[in-house]
Order: sequence, then C-alpha cells, then structure tokens
Amino acid sequence: MSAIALEERPLNLAPDAPILRAQNVTKRYGFITGCEDVSFELFPGEVLGIVGESGSGKSTLLNCISGRLNPTSGNVEFATKKHGLTDLFDLSEADRRRVQREELGFVHQNPRDGLRMRVSAGANVAEPLMNLGNRHYGSMREDTITWLDRVELDLARIDDNPRNFSGGMQQRIQIARNLVHSPRLVFMDEPTGGLDVSVQARLLDLLRHLVRRSQLAVIVVTHDLAVARLLADRLMVMKDGHVVETGLTDQVLDDPQHAYTQLLVSAVLQI
Amino acid sequence: MTEHQTISANAGPGLADYNFAYLDEQTKRMIRRAILKAIAVPGYQVPFGSREMPVPYGWGTGGIQITASLIGPNDTFKCIDQGADDTTNAVSIRHFFAKVGGVATTEHTGDATIIQSRHRIPEKPLVEGQIMVFQVPQPEPLRNLEARETETRAMHAYEEYGLQYVRLYENISTFGRIAATAGYPVMVDDRYVMSPSPIPKFDNPKLHNSPALHLFGAGREKRIYAVPPFTKVESLGFEDYPFEVQTWDEVCGLCGAKHTYMDEVVLDDDNNRMFVCSDSDYCADRRAQGHRGPHAGHELTEIAEDVSKNQEVMA
Repeated sequence: MSAIALEERPLNLAPDAPILRAQNVTKRYGFITGCEDVSFELFPGEVLGIVGESGSGKSTLLNCISGRLNPTSGNVEFATKKHGLTDLFDLSEADRRRVQREELGFVHQNPRDGLRMRVSAGANVAEPLMNLGNRHYGSMREDTITWLDRVELDLARIDDNPRNFSGGMQQRIQIARNLVHSPRLVFMDEPTGGLDVSVQARLLDLLRHLVRRSQLAVIVVTHDLAVARLLADRLMVMKDGHVVETGLTDQVLDDPQHAYTQLLVSAVLQI
Repeated sequence: MTEHQTISANAGPGLADYNFAYLDEQTKRMIRRAILKAIAVPGYQVPFGSREMPVPYGWGTGGIQITASLIGPNDTFKCIDQGADDTTNAVSIRHFFAKVGGVATTEHTGDATIIQSRHRIPEKPLVEGQIMVFQVPQPEPLRNLEARETETRAMHAYEEYGLQYVRLYENISTFGRIAATAGYPVMVDDRYVMSPSPIPKFDNPKLHNSPALHLFGAGREKRIYAVPPFTKVESLGFEDYPFEVQTWDEVCGLCGAKHTYMDEVVLDDDNNRMFVCSDSDYCADRRAQGHRGPHAGHELTEIAEDVSKNQEVMA
C-alpha cells in the first residue's frame, strides 16, 4: 500500500476557492418539499457529512448538487477544469455529462445501481478510464489491479461478475470504480448502508485512507452518526428538507445545539 | 447501372408501376426519406415506421422493406443468407421479389444491382452503383451494456463511446484476445459507432471505402442506417490489441481458395470435415474457372450445382 503516491492534481484554483458552492437549493416534488433553501460551500480535500433521518431530504439534496436532479430553484456551482466555477445546470447536457464523467464520482447506496452487473469487476473499474479515452488495454489493466488491490479485493477474482461477489465486496468495487479516474469530488449516498458492522468498519477505514491520501473532496450522506464521526470534517444536519445545524463534526456531535440534533445524538444506541 | 436507378420504381408513364413491389407508395416515400437521412448522416440510426411484412420479425423484415422501397423493374436482385444463395430464407426472399415485382433475380454478385444479406458481404468486390441491403436484428451496438434507449441515444449524440470498449475489454480479459467475431462494432466517418449487422468481422474491412452503398434495416427495432460509398469505416480495437480478422489454416475443399471466409462442414461420423467458401457464388465462379480444392468432385459439389440449376430455371 505504500506504493500509492499522492495523486497529482493540478487544480488551477486558489487554495481557498470552493470546489462546490450550493446556493438556496430547493427541490419540490409537487406539493412535497424534498429540500429547501440549502446553501453551503465545499473546499478541496474536505469531507462534508449530511446526516438526518429517513425522508429528511438528504438524497434529494445529493442528487441536486451532483447535477443529477434539476433543483426547483437555487444554483449549484462546481469548479470545472474547463470553465472554472460554473452552475452545473447552466452547462449544456453534453458538458454536464462530461463533468460528471470526468471530474465527479457517485457511490450509490445500492452497488447494483452503480455497477454494470453483466460485466466483470475488472471491466467495471476500467470503464471510467475508457470513458476518458484510454484505449490501451495493458495500462488500464494495471490501473484496475492497483485499485482493486487498494480496496482489498481478491485479485484472483478480477474477472468475476459483480453478482458473484458479496454486498460488501460489490460496494468496494463500486468505490474503486468511482476513484480510478481521479475525480475531484465524490458523492456517496449511504456508502455503508446494508453492510454488517465488521465489513462496515473495514470499508470506513479504507475510505478514510483513500480520502486522506488523495486529497479529494467528498460529500457523504448517511443516517449513521458513527459513519459521519469517522469520515466527515464538517456536518450538516437535515430535518424535513431544511438544514437545522452545521458545524465541525465533533462540535455538532458532542455539543448539539438544535433540539433535533440533540435528539438524533441521544438516540444512538450505546453498547 | 446508374441508368437503372434513375428510371426505377414509378417512373413509368402509366399506373402500371404504381405501388410497385409490395409496398404502397406512401410507405416507400417514408422509407426513402429515412434512407436519405441515413445516407446524409453515416452510421446514425434513423427511426422509421416499420410495416408488417409477410414474414415474421427476425426473418429480414428490415431488409425487405428497404429493398421494396428501392427496387425497380430494371433492377436485378440477389439475396444471400450466410453467404449462400440456396438457403431457405434467401430463396424465399428472392422469390418474393420475383413474384411481387417481376424483377430479375440472380445469384451472381457481378450482375446484381441490389444484394440483400444478413451475414455476409460477397467476396467479389462490389462496384459503384451496387446497393447492399443488410437485415439487422439489433441496430444498437451499445444495447447489451446499456438497456435504456434514452441513454444510448445520448451516448451517440455526445460521442460517449467508452462503454463500447468495455465489451472488447471483457473479451481480452476472458480470452486473451478480442474474440468477438460477428457484429463487431465499427466507427463510421469518425463520428458514429455502428453495429454492422451480424456480418463476421472478416467482412468489416470490406465496408471501408467501399464503392457500393450499404443500407442497414432493422424491422423489429424500426431503425435504418447507412454507410454511403467511399466512407471511412474503422473497426474498434485497443492500441495493444488491434482489430484483426479471422484466418483459416485450411483451404476451401471445393475451389482451393485461401483468402475467403470459410464454413466448416462435418462430412461423416468419422471426424472427417471440410472447409468450404461461405460465399457459394464466389466458390462456383472459381470452380468454373478451373480452380480445384482437395475435395473437388465431392458429392456436395453436385448438390450445390443442382440447386443452382434449379434456381435459374425458376427465376
């Protein structure tokens, strides 16, 4: 693992320039509010956690800020390589898809949504490289092996189909697939949901290593406060589509101010 | 041949040629418009209102509709199936057009103005003015990997063809080489990735800069696409695993050809087999010129020749 060097990321950005800026993002499904008036900034190398109960608008917000779901109002600006800080929804569809493909990653809660179940684990991990225009099998194969090794997958199984892997392994393949092309910002929707605690712990450990090592910015949505504590630098607490509290992770979890956050923190089962 | 085309279909003085060859004029007009658009944008899949044909989907309805909308009384029609002129489907489609249009049919590649095919491009080089019509079961080369039509259309629109290479990658990781043989994806005119029907990849290079017009019709999927004459057609491949065609160690048992696409024919229960040209017309031509293979004079030769004679009588 020591061979993994820090990835070179020429960002062409001032160090204090945000990589993502959301302003008054609101999404309504008819009369139902998904999320309302959410604003925040995210800086390179930072991990932002979004916590809240089911139905609090976490996933809606994630879909909006990753450019997958058009918000009803408000804007989402991302520091693209080509245009600088630009509203994702002002880009043409072609440009938006290119940015999503080349500069962003999205880890789905259910690995089946983020993987191609009919092609091998190796091809799943290599696909983002092919999308970037890599046409050299040998070099892609090497990168694939490096990344599957990083996520601690048995390399003998590189050509197995994802359906033949366990849920935790599938999730690790998905993570490798979303990091192999060196994105600058990765969205994670409940990356450890549905995994048993030991697998979850290994995965979190791994994620923490990868994030710290490659200086990438991450937005992780979770309802699990332990996950948030381990991964996130900053937390945003959501309830009924609104952000009710933000702050440093330890600050929010150790000294919650809002009544709902206090409830959330106290509701965690202690062993 | 150009003369044939200019006076084809309904250019006659009376109504005799109206609704010529099975399809009504409105349908033909619609299909011709789709064909023109397909020719204007090489490799792009143009949707069209596919009609019910007197054969089931999957038996060549797309090809029959294209042929029916192009064919005129002065055309000469050839139809092949797996390269052979004498298989059931080829014979039936040839009879169909002989019956509904009274057009001349032939088995000789050189005499045909329209050649309908699913699996092969004839070995004899096509010439300017000839039209190849392909019957396509699945026009979308990305379909196996991406089920959503909206998504594949966007991928074509934005030239996102990384996914197409996933299939080739899988091939190499499984077999150590690109083992895909039929329907091998090609890049047309540096823009659209296209599935060249299930022709063997052996025939892919024949599409490149071909003087003939190649039209692809998918009846069930309701798509028409085209490779116009003299268009760049490039088979996909990796830098370290480039595209290559199949080769055979054997020669054609009947005509001794070394450079053709061959079928393996099992002769008996004692593991005897021979390889023969899949293009039956080409093989017969060579035999007529006096070429002989190791199995020359085998009883199968006679069967093939008998069938050919019968065909000519019927046509």
